[in-house]
Amino acid sequence: MKLVIAIIQPYKLEAVKEELYRQEVNLITVSEVLGHGRQKGVAEIYRGSKETGNLLRKIRLEIAVNDNFVEPTVKAVIKGAKTGETGDGKIFILDLKECIRIRTEEHGGVAIG
Amino acid sequence: MINAGDTAWVLISSALVMLMTPGLAFFYGGMVRKKNILSVLMQCFIIMCVLSLQWVIFGYSLSFAPAKGFWGGLSWLGLKGVGFEPYADYAGTIPHQAFMIFQAMFAIITPALIIGAFAERMKFSAFLVFTLLWATFVYDPLCHWVWGIGGWLRNLGALDFAGGTVVHINAGIAALVTALVIGRRKNLDSNMPTPHNLPFVVLGTGLLWFGWFGFNAGSALSANGLAVNAFVVTNTAAAAAGLSWAFIEWLRNGKPTIFGTASGVVAGLVAITPAAGFVSVIPAIIIGLLVSVFCFTAVSIIKPKLGYDDSLDAFGVHCIGGVWGALATGLFASKAVNVAGRDGLFFGNPKQFLVQLAAVAVTLVYTFIVTFAIYKVVDMLIGIRVREEEELMGLDLTQHHERAYTVLE
Repeated sequence: MKLVIAIIQPYKLEAVKEELYRQEVNLITVSEVLGHGRQKGVAEIYRGSKETGNLLRKIRLEIAVNDNFVEPTVKAVIKGAKTGETGDGKIFILDLKECIRIRTEEHGGVAIG
Repeated sequence: MINAGDTAWVLISSALVMLMTPGLAFFYGGMVRKKNILSVLMQCFIIMCVLSLQWVIFGYSLSFAPAKGFWGGLSWLGLKGVGFEPYADYAGTIPHQAFMIFQAMFAIITPALIIGAFAERMKFSAFLVFTLLWATFVYDPLCHWVWGIGGWLRNLGALDFAGGTVVHINAGIAALVTALVIGRRKNLDSNMPTPHNLPFVVLGTGLLWFGWFGFNAGSALSANGLAVNAFVVTNTAAAAAGLSWAFIEWLRNGKPTIFGTASGVVAGLVAITPAAGFVSVIPAIIIGLLVSVFCFTAVSIIKPKLGYDDSLDAFGVHCIGGVWGALATGLFASKAVNVAGRDGLFFGNPKQFLVQLAAVAVTLVYTFIVTFAIYKVVDMLIGIRVREEEELMGLDLTQHHERAYTVLE
């Protein structure tokens, strides 16, 4: 089991979700986060003063999958989120020690899907 | 003869109607996603700026200068001759400029209502050009036909006390054209947008209800019994319609909602607008109770079936509610309320209903065609819709380089 964490552009969320559904990855957790990468982003301007160097808004996806779903998940995220520009984001893959479904108390691979 | 009480009332009413546009900004702003709220507030405020200028420079003249034509003519350009003496054909007891500024607020809010249809996807530059053209080629002529001296719908005997035809049916049908021309927002099927701030919607509704007393009771143009009648029936119809919408939801969906109640209140205010100076309180209750049935059907049942994307239901509330109000005026109008008015069908004058029907039909057809033409011209010149990527990122950031809300702090 792996935990796939993806940091993507907020406006790419719908596209990534669509690609994930296409790969039958339906269970994701989404949060709005701030991050600092290389990207400069669309500047915000307040009464003439440009806001630069600020933390940028990103979307963080957490997707727990069984091993055979890791590749399809990664491909789906890339297909949905990639523009080729700086700021497209990153994908992290972590080993997942355990997964428990609270309702049934099932453990491991069966609890993920 | 200038009457101090009348003048005071009309000036206060003008300020009340002015406040409706910021109210509308919050009513609509709460309904959009949080990436687009500033664009809606901006559109409302820029309309206040642009049309305030258009109105004093040439809009008032096109609308109200006496003439028997398409427009009212150019004799009052730059308010030439529009001074502090009364102009008795419009209002005999207040300075002419008081009447002018009262009408300015109507000219402002009418195009602002259309924002509800193109919200979340209109290019700001195109919006500016569209608004100016629409005010000049749709609002000003129609205003002249219905209210201006020499206007042909006025001469036909159509009753429109405070703007059911000129404001609500007009903006409402333009909203439908908008939805058809600009197309559906992206990802509607996979991710139906929900209102990002319902408390703003309620705040906006409160401001609209408050301002509407100026809109309707102010349209008496005098601090008299007719203004009181308009005030009372306006409040009554809004109350009946809010309650009615809540109960319809309760019956159909299991729970009444504040969003529904607020929508009902606005629908009730729309419907009573043409009737406010011609009907008494019991018809106002009927008008209010029924308008929610019609508008609820339009926005919750018919719209999803037909699939057009009138984002914030400007057509479903203002056009449907406005048509019902205009026709209801032809049913319930009574000379017992207003001797200067006419009797409706239920008071022995079936012809009035047909006259109302004709005025509605003219507005629907004229506005539909001209609005469509204006969109096509603006689309050819600069394009009316933002790029897909801009729509996904939100109009606040891409059209204005601002955001409404921070994440931290």
